[in-house]
Amino acid sequence: MGSAYATAVQDLIDALGRLPGIGPKSAQRIAFHLLKADPEESRRLATAITEAKERVGFCERCFNLSEGPLCTVCSDDRRDAHVVCVVEEPRDVVAIERTREFKGRYHVLQGAIDHLQGVGPEQLRIRELLARIGEEQVAEVIICTNPNLEGEATALYLTKVLDMPGLTVSRIASGLPVGGDLEYADELTLGRALEGRRVVGGAGAGDPAAG
Amino acid sequence: MSLYRDTAVVLRTHKLGEADRVVVLMGRATGKLRAVAKGVRRTGSKFGSRLEPGSHVQVQLHEGRGELDIVTQAESVEPFPRTREDLSRLSRAAALLEAVDQVAQDREPAPRLFDMLVGGLRTVEERNPPLVAAAFYLKLLSVEGVAPEFDRCVGCGDEDGPFALLLERGGVHCRACGSGRPVTDEALAVSRAVLGGGLNAALALPEGTVTHEVEALATTALEGHLERRLRAVRVLHD
Repeated sequence: MGSAYATAVQDLIDALGRLPGIGPKSAQRIAFHLLKADPEESRRLATAITEAKERVGFCERCFNLSEGPLCTVCSDDRRDAHVVCVVEEPRDVVAIERTREFKGRYHVLQGAIDHLQGVGPEQLRIRELLARIGEEQVAEVIICTNPNLEGEATALYLTKVLDMPGLTVSRIASGLPVGGDLEYADELTLGRALEGRRVVGGAGAGDPAAG
Repeated sequence: MSLYRDTAVVLRTHKLGEADRVVVLMGRATGKLRAVAKGVRRTGSKFGSRLEPGSHVQVQLHEGRGELDIVTQAESVEPFPRTREDLSRLSRAAALLEAVDQVAQDREPAPRLFDMLVGGLRTVEERNPPLVAAAFYLKLLSVEGVAPEFDRCVGCGDEDGPFALLLERGGVHCRACGSGRPVTDEALAVSRAVLGGGLNAALALPEGTVTHEVEALATTALEGHLERRLRAVRVLHD
């Protein structure tokens, strides 16, 4: 099975083909693009990859991606150290940061409890989270794991281990997406949206919804 | 290019590409099958929440060209709300799903296995008995025709005991036939009850040393049959 390409080209195609979402045909297209393009452009890409791999590690405090010992959120002293938002992956930090609603710090678990893959709590950064509660005088932990089975299992486990005096533990709400139609919502989401409704007027205004 | 419908339980899912998921389904009429659910990881997905592991759903599938079919519709048949909100229920449900996933063959109809799974999930939802996973494992082995022999010695047929456990040989051994792992009479009695029509009594047992022993025994027996380790029972074992 001889390859029609020179070895270097075949290696490049193979390496590109291992990236997520890139099949053999796309890998071939990108490889040819790089070969045809300005040498400067390919070099820029190569440097960007090596630099990122060398410089980026995990934040010592919250395990978010970081270039130094602390990530940008943790090294910002305007952030409220008393509120910690627990997420599964660094990309969830980015998603929450985009809302500009959250002013506290994060804790990245680097995964979620997954029975079917054999991922238990000891494989996640839960011990480190528990250590932070006392050290940083955390008053509230907001659990922002994904609302899927693995995320829910993780949230349930965290609720159990975070049961400590003086600590508020909250779970991010589930509800309807903005711009969506009620009739297309699935019953579980709609049920939770009802359960977590907010009083907007009348006698109970200002209080959280009474069950 | 054809559509078909089936009632199914989602055994397992994994991510595919940007927003899709591969779901492994146990279909009542079709058997175990793999299908792509497109866009279910997006927040606006129509059926995302219905295709989580453990969901009992009515699905419509589009026959794909390759191995994977495409889920075009999913409606929930029976929600298990308590299972989603309780860690010990979740763990036990996961143990059942994993076992069925391992035992079921691709595209081989196994309605009996499917009904057992739904029954098991329902039991977890309603009562969450400590022995549900162990009982399910033993019943599964029995349906497969390889239930361990707990009534008499596998060597000589002696029915009196005392017995020791030798699951590699398919059951228990008496003293005269050789050694094995020690097993208590209570655990043997419970295991016999599970296989012999005393299932409800066994499920009513409170959690304790006996249920733990039976669970370990049933896990070893099923692992021996599958020739691989089961993962779900070991996560969160406290």
